[in-house]
Amino acid sequence: MSSIIGNVWRFGDEINSDLLAPGLYLKAANEIMATHCLESVDPTFAKSVQPGDIMVAGHNFGVGSAREQAALSLRLLKVGAVLADSFARIFYRNALNFGVPCLFFPHYKDILAGDRLSVDAVSGKVENLTSGKSYAVDPIPAHLMEMITDGGLMPHLKRRLEKGKAA
Amino acid sequence: MGQTLVEKIIARAAGKASVRPSEIVTCKVDLAMIVDSGGPRKIWPRLKELGVGVWDPEKIVVVSDHFVPAVDADTAAILKLSREFVREFKIPHFYDMKGICHVVLPENGHLQPGMFICGGDSHSTMGGAYGCYMAGFGGIEMTGVCITGEIWTRVPETIRVDWTGKFNQAVVAKDVMLFLCRQLGMDNAFTAIEYGGDTVAGMSMSERGVLCNMAAELGCETGVIAPDETTLAAIRAAGKQPIADALTWHSDRDASYLSKHAFNATELQPQIAAPHAPSNSGPVGDYAKIKIDQAYIGACVGAKLSDLRMAAEVLKGRKIASNVRLLVAPSSQKIYADAAADGTLGILTDAGATMLASGCGACAALGAGVLSEGEVCISSTNRNFKGRMGSNKAEVYLGSPYTVAAAAVAGQIADPREFLS
Ligand code: SF4
Repeated sequence: MSSIIGNVWRFGDEINSDLLAPGLYLKAANEIMATHCLESVDPTFAKSVQPGDIMVAGHNFGVGSAREQAALSLRLLKVGAVLADSFARIFYRNALNFGVPCLFFPHYKDILAGDRLSVDAVSGKVENLTSGKSYAVDPIPAHLMEMITDGGLMPHLKRRLEKGKAA
Repeated sequence: MGQTLVEKIIARAAGKASVRPSEIVTCKVDLAMIVDSGGPRKIWPRLKELGVGVWDPEKIVVVSDHFVPAVDADTAAILKLSREFVREFKIPHFYDMKGICHVVLPENGHLQPGMFICGGDSHSTMGGAYGCYMAGFGGIEMTGVCITGEIWTRVPETIRVDWTGKFNQAVVAKDVMLFLCRQLGMDNAFTAIEYGGDTVAGMSMSERGVLCNMAAELGCETGVIAPDETTLAAIRAAGKQPIADALTWHSDRDASYLSKHAFNATELQPQIAAPHAPSNSGPVGDYAKIKIDQAYIGACVGAKLSDLRMAAEVLKGRKIASNVRLLVAPSSQKIYADAAADGTLGILTDAGATMLASGCGACAALGAGVLSEGEVCISSTNRNFKGRMGSNKAEVYLGSPYTVAAAAVAGQIADPREFLS
């Protein structure tokens, strides 16, 4: 998988699962839920985010309930990657299992809204194309990236099983 | 550099000589535990969608404990589906209404030091008392485990907590955990916790289980205690032989930890967690005289045989307060029978306790014993979030079985030491 290149949406600390997937819409279809993602933090986000755009945030991203819509909404909005100082465990696992790469990124404060980033999750390289600075981060192993690229755990299992049958 | 116990287990399961914290690895799963609530009913449709079966029926344990016994047609259907699931996939290890998963597994000898185990329930951390890695995962991930026998994980850093010295009267593992929730906070994600020190070495497996169970409240991925003779004796008591290298599963002397904490057991008082979080805790004296409507002794964490005996010590020759109901749901059927045989049960019922089925029950508002608006409950369970045990306008205090029993007698929160000789 090549690098993910996108524009930055910048968020703060403790972006919780209620902000990502407001409880009010839990009963709504996932696609509708996604249009309300983070509306109480940045009402323009869900409307204007472009496929491949990159979210950069502070610590404990995704904290709160285990609701999988918090991660699924980012998938449906085609977010390219989330870079945060730290993540809540369940959100982090859900996100990767839904095909949204998440990278621990302690230098998040260097990144500004609108910066253009290039993220290579497999080699663990983050480049700020706007400022010219680059950073090394903990990579996501190639085989896990394969699952992420497939769109998450279920599509990946499907593909793996089909390959197995064909072989 | 040395490795922690958790790192060693993950490395072994990942087929590597060593791993370092924050590295992502894929592990071979030694055992998968799934339960009625998030197990077969979530996993089976996905297996159908993919047109596959399970990877190894011998390595999957299915426990029906959350919705037992059925209270309506919906829960009856869930339990029925679980029975059909084990039949369809020829899963030999199925515990239907035998007790709560985290207690039933060690009772039946499924846990051994060094194992890498995935559980479909957040308190799966409890298994770590046997020196294995056991962590909780959601339904979608357990689907993957059941199909492939593998899971990826990000190697957690380990927090080391040592307790030394002897507990005061009526102070037990539950008090340790309510204290630690306050001390360490509840957001220790991507960490494991390892307990040690002579206080822990002196604890029974039941008490060690409490420490590892409530690692979940600390937000930890798992909680572990290195195996010793007490561990091996418990494995033998469950009718199994400990694996040959059981005692080699411990952290290296020069292992590196995220942080180390040392506490003195002699200084600890019985603890209470006030609504609505286990970390909202303090010494029992701070909460004296809070009136209660219900006292609940139940759950994986708080109704094992030793817990029922603690309650019996307080209740022996006493009656519960007239305006209070005391509900007791033993953690397993075996515990129920053992408590009947040794006279513990008789003491509880003589005091006025109402006995309930072995299962999750009121712990998560799934079965008998839920609370109404405005009611106050003191409970030996592990969580007191808003709405956890029924109405979200109910108030739940957490305490040890000693403390819960004392409150049942007094009709209000009281220091259990006043009821012990
Ligand atoms: S008894 Fe409570 S904490 Fe334990 S498994 Fe059941 S619902 Fe979870």
